[in-house]
Amino acid sequence: MKVLVPVKRVVDYNVKVRVKSDGTGMDIANVKMSMNPFDEIAVEEAVRLKEKGVVTEVIAVSCGDAKCQETLRTAMAIGADRAILVQTDAELQPLAVAKLLKALVDKEQPGLIILGKQAIDDDANQTGQMLAALADLPQGTFASKVEVLGESVQVTREVDGGLETLSLSLPAVITTDLRLNEPRYVTLPNIMKAKKKPLDTFTPQDLGVDVSARLKTLKVSEPPQRGAGIKVPDVATLVEKLKNVAKVL
Amino acid sequence: MTALVIAEHDNSAIKGATLNTVTAALACAGEVHVLVAGHNAAAAAQAAAQIAGVAKVIHADSAELADALAENVAAQVLALAANYSHLLFAATAAGKNVAPRVAAKLDVAQVSEITKVISADTFERPIYAGNAIATVQSLDATKVLTVRSTGFDAAVATGGSAAVETVAAAAGAGQSRFLGREVTKNDRPELTAAKIVVSGGRALGSKEQFDAVMEPLADKLGAALGASRAAVDAGYAPNDLQVGQTGKIVAPQLYVAVGISGAIQHLAGMKDSKVIVAINKDPEAPIFSVADYGLEADLFVAVPELVGAL
Repeated sequence: MKVLVPVKRVVDYNVKVRVKSDGTGMDIANVKMSMNPFDEIAVEEAVRLKEKGVVTEVIAVSCGDAKCQETLRTAMAIGADRAILVQTDAELQPLAVAKLLKALVDKEQPGLIILGKQAIDDDANQTGQMLAALADLPQGTFASKVEVLGESVQVTREVDGGLETLSLSLPAVITTDLRLNEPRYVTLPNIMKAKKKPLDTFTPQDLGVDVSARLKTLKVSEPPQRGAGIKVPDVATLVEKLKNVAKVL
Repeated sequence: MTALVIAEHDNSAIKGATLNTVTAALACAGEVHVLVAGHNAAAAAQAAAQIAGVAKVIHADSAELADALAENVAAQVLALAANYSHLLFAATAAGKNVAPRVAAKLDVAQVSEITKVISADTFERPIYAGNAIATVQSLDATKVLTVRSTGFDAAVATGGSAAVETVAAAAGAGQSRFLGREVTKNDRPELTAAKIVVSGGRALGSKEQFDAVMEPLADKLGAALGASRAAVDAGYAPNDLQVGQTGKIVAPQLYVAVGISGAIQHLAGMKDSKVIVAINKDPEAPIFSVADYGLEADLFVAVPELVGAL
């Protein structure tokens, strides 16, 4: 079976981003961009399923501007076989991405779709669930273990209070949690090979999807700053401050 | 306008995060209803009826709703959605699982982890791991929201007297099956609801040392125990103790960070705490920039001393 792996180009998780002074958004011009960390885990899982012989082809997908090609090349360097870019300069919200992915699911008929559980820029945690809803597929979100067993997939999920295990009929949508796997480092020869792998480009119009925004961002502001604290010299002073100044004990 | 809160419950009692979600719902709409979907959950429905401010409880009971499978719970919510202007879920693992499924079926955008209701269609939510606050307006007819519990006070759990209306359960999708659950044993207060949280990081060095150093401190303070991602990844603590962007978001009265450097992903989960204490031997650790009280010391000496002094 085929696996579809949607990946997103986001500001690198090590970059401390700042709010633009006019409050219209974040200042992300000239900052380092990378593949969303949860998506790296998704690609890694898809490639491991292929290495186990469960999966025949891994297709990476990204939606966004032309620079998303870099992210798709990274996915192919990890081991994806080919890539699809849905190219648009429009601001894409999770519902629009889910609709684009639904159109590609119809086209490619994958047995599994593996996404990251959330992107570290909008922190929405919606796209996988929305795709599952639109395509009428079962979902296994926040997965820490995935096992394909014939016509079903067994997914262990990280939930509040512990873990739970579900069995989903295939095809299914899975979103990855951090502990699913440790993504491999891409090697130089694989980066070179990835340059030769096929990358198809579509537009939202080609797929017949309206991507107009449904949420309007009115402003983006700095979170309230905490007042500067103090350093205490010893435990006795700490306890005294907590009891008498902060009054939290 | 009427809002529907999808309750999180264990069939006998309502979970704490639902109370905060009711408060958010009251800020959105004039009337608030609560949906209790489960199996043999009459006790939870009765408990929901006691919550102050709730006008009506809708109780749907069927074996298919027993384990809160997203496909089945979403079908239940969709069967009722036409009557409501707002559908609110707690931003817990369960709420985040179901809410986007409902929103997509209704063809509306979802607003995740709101921390403030500005008006019936405008909300504040953190983005970029809490490094910015976005004010967003929903242009859709139905607002589907998940509510970050630390942004809203809990509604009073008693004193209400809502009517309980039983509705027919929607048919499940039959695409998923619940196989089992592995619950982490924990006698301490729930992490997201605790007044005091003590968290340990990688500097604890091992699971044995994590337990030996952190548990007496948590017990002495009556605190919930948390952990950084580094401590969880190293196997010192189970993953449901993780505080941070990808774990639990907490805002207790007192947060004690022990041996935690303070990566932005961790700060996103705890920086709304009222008072933050950091114990770390590295004077350059970023945690000191958000700590109200910082103690630069070896945690293996300082924590037992702190336990003794309390």
